[in-house]
Amino acid sequence: MSTIQFQLNGAATAVDADPDRVLLDVLRSQLSVTSPHFGCGAGACGACHVMVDGRAMTSCDMPMWSVAGKDVVTVEGLGSAEHPHPLQRAFISEQAMQCGYCVSGILVSAAALLQRNPSPTEAEVRTALDRNLCRCGSHNRMVRAVLRAAAEMAAS
Amino acid sequence: MSLPSPAPKLPVSLVANPRLSSWLRLTEGGRVAISPGKVEIGQGIVTALAQIAADELDVDIGRIDMVRASTATSPNEGVTSGSLSVQQSGRALRQVCAEVRQRFLTAASERLGVDAVSLEVDDGAISGPGNVRTSYWELADDVSLDLDATAGVSAKRIARRSVAGHSVQRVDIPDKVFARRRFIHDVAFPGLMHGRVLRPEISGTRLIALDEQTARAVPGLVAIVRNGGFAGVVADSETAAETSLKALRKAATWSAGEPLPDEDDLAGFLRSQPVETTTIDTRTAELARKPAQTLRRQYTRPYIAHASIAPSCAMAQWDGEHVHVWTHSQGIYLLRADLAIVLKLPAENIVVEHMEGAGCYGHNAADDVALDAVLLAKAAGNRPVRVQWSRHDEMSHGPFGAAMAIEIEADLDAENEIVGWRHAIWSNGHAARPGRAAQPALLAATEIANPYPRMISTNPPAANGGGGDRNSVPLYDLPAWTITSHRLLTMPVRTSALRTLGGQGNVFAIESLLDEIAALRGEDPIAFRLRHLRDERARGVINAAARRAGWKPEKRPGIGHGVGFARYKNMGAYCAAIAEIEGADDIRVKRLTLAVDVGEAINPDGVINQIEGGAIQATSWVLKERVRFDRTRITSASWTDYPILTFSEVPAVDVEIIQRPEIEPVGAGEAAHGPVTAAIANAVFDCLGVRVRDLPITRDRIIAAMERAT
Repeated sequence: MSTIQFQLNGAATAVDADPDRVLLDVLRSQLSVTSPHFGCGAGACGACHVMVDGRAMTSCDMPMWSVAGKDVVTVEGLGSAEHPHPLQRAFISEQAMQCGYCVSGILVSAAALLQRNPSPTEAEVRTALDRNLCRCGSHNRMVRAVLRAAAEMAAS
Repeated sequence: MSLPSPAPKLPVSLVANPRLSSWLRLTEGGRVAISPGKVEIGQGIVTALAQIAADELDVDIGRIDMVRASTATSPNEGVTSGSLSVQQSGRALRQVCAEVRQRFLTAASERLGVDAVSLEVDDGAISGPGNVRTSYWELADDVSLDLDATAGVSAKRIARRSVAGHSVQRVDIPDKVFARRRFIHDVAFPGLMHGRVLRPEISGTRLIALDEQTARAVPGLVAIVRNGGFAGVVADSETAAETSLKALRKAATWSAGEPLPDEDDLAGFLRSQPVETTTIDTRTAELARKPAQTLRRQYTRPYIAHASIAPSCAMAQWDGEHVHVWTHSQGIYLLRADLAIVLKLPAENIVVEHMEGAGCYGHNAADDVALDAVLLAKAAGNRPVRVQWSRHDEMSHGPFGAAMAIEIEADLDAENEIVGWRHAIWSNGHAARPGRAAQPALLAATEIANPYPRMISTNPPAANGGGGDRNSVPLYDLPAWTITSHRLLTMPVRTSALRTLGGQGNVFAIESLLDEIAALRGEDPIAFRLRHLRDERARGVINAAARRAGWKPEKRPGIGHGVGFARYKNMGAYCAAIAEIEGADDIRVKRLTLAVDVGEAINPDGVINQIEGGAIQATSWVLKERVRFDRTRITSASWTDYPILTFSEVPAVDVEIIQRPEIEPVGAGEAAHGPVTAAIANAVFDCLGVRVRDLPITRDRIIAAMERAT
């Protein structure tokens, strides 16, 4: 057990945790941050994506020791109903989901993409989301939502 | 009160649950609580039902609270499946709301001294001549809803509906983008404990010995639960539960397993098992024509996994002899019935409450994990226990969609017109849902002491759309046919309901062979189909898809186009699909154009979402999906070994709805799979000149088909 310090959604955070425990588990069970979802535990589906220093990464296989000093952002940190992120607004406008279990991981991947590439092409959006699986077949709506958010961010 | 006559018949869900108050309550703060028996599985049903209620009651949809289904309070609407929710729950709610509205108008008329017919309702406010006003909520104490529906009131005329028929935004989506806890996996109950179950790697084995010593030493472990061959752990954290489960796994001894079939000869396996044979339908030609030749073709589809993005999950909490269960099951009452059998408790002692999970696409492990939670929670005193399956167990122990072998013999005359048609299906049953038999269908029930036998899947009756035989009777006007279904009486690979049941396989077979016959005749495949269809709605969707796709696009090298059509269950939604593919060794689906007719589309964007989703999922099934196994175990238990379509591989999907508000609505969730499957297969032929009759259509299958062709 050791104390690990990192930034979580803009706030300095310290947790006492076994350094080998994975970030997803600490977020969900210790910090009550439940937007990253468990899907496979093998980094293969993207449901657990969080942004780490601006990159979308799987948190189900990320040991806590590797998180020390990093900047972690989850959907809770993207925006809220009162102050939504353009992606959150766009996912509502495009009704871009069916069950929605994969959506928080996809929002994170999309947010990371728009940070490094504010005006992606459709193909670039698809490539950026290729590590996220969606079983309901809502892919095209999500791609449209990301492009809509990008356009909105460019206009503002 | 004057009632219009003749009175219509009550919808089926209302016959079973006639009490108005079980569906609708007026609540404080000017709100309306609507309580359907159907559940949200990502299909948007809760929103569509809210739309219907808002329309009939004349209240803003924002005033409506949709109550999650629970056996404690909700009407029993069986299972949320078969694309029947709008049909069953929607019709019931429309009638309930119409009757409730009428009761309030009657009460308002008495209170205000104004004739009921001169009253109007606007967002729950009731007003009439002379500026008289009241509201649903003011009158709530005067109007009892503890009465049964009478069918004596008619719902609004179509022209007066203003919410149903429009694309209202789904009520659950804001929670999901703003990370508000809605999924069963996320809900935090005070004192919640975590459970995991030990399941074997090898198929058909039973736990015979378990050394608990190492697991007992794991900090945070609360209990190791043993009941015959069922074993699991309860711990105060997920980490402790996982760690102790790992220790148990190392210390487990299993019996020998049961052999699995040869995955490379599914047809050989399916066609060599003991079966129950049913003649599904026959048609005899008035004037039998002699065939000049007979085409005999065999089509197969593999076992397909539901492969939900979330592993199945449930919570349970005991209180003495009573247990409360939270589940993402599609059938809360049916699950309760099976739990009652296993627990040997009266059903009244069990409350089963729905909570959303990920999309399930049929009967996945949702029900199994509920029994797991109930068994483990017994060791947790009065505290709630959440049990979540692993990805491995989700992809190997949950039921699969059944593999199918389908043989069609088509008798052709000298002009290659069809004069006879024999369609035979070999498949396991497509349904082993809980609550339908004297024995439970839940996995752990086969593992506990005094275990129940594994339920061999059966097929729903033809009146409900059938199972392996679903969509096997051609909608085409062929002169003669015999349709036969052989249901396997053995089940080495566990099967149950997957979206469309046998529909995908049968539509693939029928539409592939029709395409082949049209090509043999040198006739356009759409013209050929239209020539054999009298149903105007069927012709309507085919013509609409053809128009939208610019049929038939000019032939270009490396590009193929194909068409597929079906009416789901031969009594549900009509759907036509046109696929554009790019093909060499590998197939890439570029674009799918679909037209669909669901009658009244309550939420057109919801219908489009379902059709798009179905089309994309079907593309994934066709190009990639196949449950893999060796002779001892399921080997496709991870996303690496069971790949599904990714964002870059997803085709463009274009959907046209043919709105028919005058026709009772039917569901859209399963309409696209069969037509899309066939359209892709037919486009492969158009592109490469070979017929691939075994799904999935992979590089290996194409090469094999090319070798056969030369």
